[in-house]
Amino acid sequence: MSHFLSYAIPGIPYGCNYALMAVGLVLTFRATGVFNLAFGAQAFVAAFIFDLLVRTNHLPVGVAFVLSVLVFSPLVGLGLDRFLFRHIPTASTTAKLVMSLALLIAIPQALPIFFGNGQRLNPPNLWLNPNHVYFHLFSTPINGGEVTTTVITVVVAAAVVAMFRWSSIGLQMRAVVESRRMSQLEGINAPRVAAGAWALSSTLAGLAGVLLLPLTASLQPTDPLQYTALLVAGLTAASVASMRSLPIALAAGIGLGVVENLLAGYLPTGGVIAQTVVPAFPFVVLVGTLLLNPGLRQLELSSDPLAAADPPPAPPSVSIRDRRLEVPTRVGFWVLVVAFLASSVTWVPGYYVTAFAEGLCLSIVFLSITLITGMSGQLSLCQAAFAGIGAFAAGQFAEHLGLPVLLGAVVGGLLAAVVGTIVAIVAVRVSGLLLALVTLTFALYCDQTLFGYSWTGGGLTGVTVPRPVLGSINFGSDRSFLVLCFVALTLISVLVLLVQRGTVGRYLAAMRGSPVAAASLGISLRTARLTVFAMSAGIAGFGGALYGSVVQHVSADLFVYEFSLVYVVAVITTGSRTVEGAVQAGIGFSVIQLLLTLYLPTRFAGIEPILFAFGALTYAAHPEGIIEYQKSRWMVRVSKLFSAYDARRARKAGPPATGTSGSMEGYREALPVLGVTGKPFGG
Amino acid sequence: MADLSVGTPAPAPAFGALGADGTAPLLDARSISIRFGGVAALKDVSVTVAAGEAVGLVGPNGAGKTTLFNCLCGQLNPSSGTVTFDGHVLDDMPAHMRARLGIRRTFQRVEVFPELSVRDHMMVAERARRGDGALWKDLLNMGKPKPDELAHVEEILDLVGLNEMAEVPVAALSLGHCRLVELGRALCGEPRLLMADEPSSGLDITETAALAGVLRGVQRDRGMAVLLVEHDMEMVRTAVDRVVVLDVGEIIAQGSFESVVADPEVRRAYLGRSA
Repeated sequence: MSHFLSYAIPGIPYGCNYALMAVGLVLTFRATGVFNLAFGAQAFVAAFIFDLLVRTNHLPVGVAFVLSVLVFSPLVGLGLDRFLFRHIPTASTTAKLVMSLALLIAIPQALPIFFGNGQRLNPPNLWLNPNHVYFHLFSTPINGGEVTTTVITVVVAAAVVAMFRWSSIGLQMRAVVESRRMSQLEGINAPRVAAGAWALSSTLAGLAGVLLLPLTASLQPTDPLQYTALLVAGLTAASVASMRSLPIALAAGIGLGVVENLLAGYLPTGGVIAQTVVPAFPFVVLVGTLLLNPGLRQLELSSDPLAAADPPPAPPSVSIRDRRLEVPTRVGFWVLVVAFLASSVTWVPGYYVTAFAEGLCLSIVFLSITLITGMSGQLSLCQAAFAGIGAFAAGQFAEHLGLPVLLGAVVGGLLAAVVGTIVAIVAVRVSGLLLALVTLTFALYCDQTLFGYSWTGGGLTGVTVPRPVLGSINFGSDRSFLVLCFVALTLISVLVLLVQRGTVGRYLAAMRGSPVAAASLGISLRTARLTVFAMSAGIAGFGGALYGSVVQHVSADLFVYEFSLVYVVAVITTGSRTVEGAVQAGIGFSVIQLLLTLYLPTRFAGIEPILFAFGALTYAAHPEGIIEYQKSRWMVRVSKLFSAYDARRARKAGPPATGTSGSMEGYREALPVLGVTGKPFGG
Repeated sequence: MADLSVGTPAPAPAFGALGADGTAPLLDARSISIRFGGVAALKDVSVTVAAGEAVGLVGPNGAGKTTLFNCLCGQLNPSSGTVTFDGHVLDDMPAHMRARLGIRRTFQRVEVFPELSVRDHMMVAERARRGDGALWKDLLNMGKPKPDELAHVEEILDLVGLNEMAEVPVAALSLGHCRLVELGRALCGEPRLLMADEPSSGLDITETAALAGVLRGVQRDRGMAVLLVEHDMEMVRTAVDRVVVLDVGEIIAQGSFESVVADPEVRRAYLGRSA
């Protein structure tokens, strides 16, 4: 019993850290309707500012706390509301999740730009000294850090619960999240309430960050999320609470801390269990909670009663392109392709050729996102993990079995497809936000555990993936390999286009529009999801293997979970529903990275993810992608010019021609047609 | 011969359980009950529909009509009761499997695919009916519409009066037209039982009368059974053979249109206790 208590009691303050994260996630979700994955990043920034004020500016701890937590953090929250979330009040949960992903990527990357890459060791503590034991509880020493964390967590959680349950502002926050438009019709100033909710949520994030400082031995600005373990545990506790109950989130967080300490105390420290089962434990618990907690399903079912007031989704730019632009567009496309290939194999500098080859391979990986996000409407946050599986498999097969790399890439793709199917079988019960979280958990597991083994990711040394040899053709040089990558990308693009335009593509569009109506037609949502998930994972795996062959040596740090997030926001920026969107994202990602490396200091390396993150911030307003949206605008402008030209010619020619003179196709033209030629039903 | 069956006896067949020729009904829902939290949305409801029969399901708002639809189609799992369709027990059967048996429906709150055109809606339903959605066919470019598929789609578009708008994305259509898209989509599946949930909502008087004619037409010409939830009593009178009245989750009357309209319990349900 004494052993039990000595393991369990230190778990309580440890669990309080999880609880604080969980309470923050639940509070943000209930007060703003956003599943704020950037909560940890906000916490990190506040902690960084606190540390900066105390140790660089030598301010007293109390003043630093007020400035960082009570002034800076609410300002961050108000800024997020004013510049981002206020403009997308009625966006879907998934769209808001994408926004928070973009923030999760952008916020930590922005820190080194302002404060450099230097590591900050031994950050200060907020209240009581963590190195001093204040009292003993059942013979277990309790230090100042543990007292601080426990007391503040419980007090803050109680205050937040009281505010939500008994104050009118809490009631208004709940109403605004349920339906901003309905609450406005009832006279609530919804924008002001939402701004207050963001300020509160951000303050809590800041408080969590400062409280968690004693847990971190150092603050590293370039490490996007030093709180990854906390994020997994916080997500688990918030999920146990169905993203709804603050007291349950608090209890679950503390409980997780206790269980984790007990496992660490009782399980053997060596052997297979310690190396495989224990590291996977938090992920298994999180996935189990996400899949088995029926309360979480309500998150998917809830919808705004006034959602019908939303405008229809925008059509792809190609559908509103004037017919007279088709030939010039096609000719221009092929000229561009030929010029690109001819230049790449002749005069372009070698480092650009390597970047282009990487871009083509990344385009293949990004096409997997076109399939799963663009076509089926599901957010998968583990595509880099599938790419890693393909790359490591190709390398391991080549090294240990002597398999040709191209064959290894295909086998790696198939292996990724099998793993993707397994993930899908587990995750097929859920969709939207929950699916995104399950896939994120898988990405975290691969990043932190699976790819660390020697038999998968080659351990610390990584895996060599040689360049392919096809008969007498050796693709050892970058230029020849670029041509091979181009052929592979063309093949995969054609496959994706065939699926998009075929029956499965239509089924997926139907599922995206209304899963319940699709099922009522006899379409199996389960089969469709498994199919698209397997195919998407396979393509990512194949692309990852080719990418591995470009760089010739892969290790776990090439496929960390952050890349899965960056990949998604990159494709969403350029357009997740079109093949060209994926290719633009792939080439753009690689070339921008090269240009930044060539022309800017290393502290600006984070600008690229920030650029794409800014693009993804427009996702809610333009789910077709900001670049696709701009293309559509240009198409409309050009079509108007053509229409004006037609009208001028018609006036010169004499009496007006019959029929529609504008040649713009698609539903922008069809809208007026409805009122003119639409035959009334029964007429 | 002695009865060797064990367990609880099956509930008594509902009114109209057997068809006119004494055969088993196409749809047989027995003792359906479901609770939402503390509220009993359906209490021991039994409904049958014979092949080729049109049945109206009416009742005040909150009576449980759409909930019953959802239980029959597999969107909700009742806490007790059994649903049988053409001899197949549907309990625990997912919605898409029920659709493949020949049950198609429309929705009270319109459920369309906003990015697809009207014709694409019909084509999706046509392909789903044929079970022709294999990935390998798409990858080999064998997924193009066949002449007989296109002909069937055109026939349905003509039937519901949407052929002029076939290429328009449904996001650009009015509520009334979206309801017709839903109806056409359901009819493309050549269902044996068509379940229409307030299909006239959003339509004007002329369109509603024409819709009733379409429902009667598919029932008569194609032998399609129809289960219709509707508040427009004139449409119910013209479109169905028999009416079932639900109130607060219970059946309070059933029979011919004239008999249920004259039923004092039905009048009380619609007009209040003082009626």
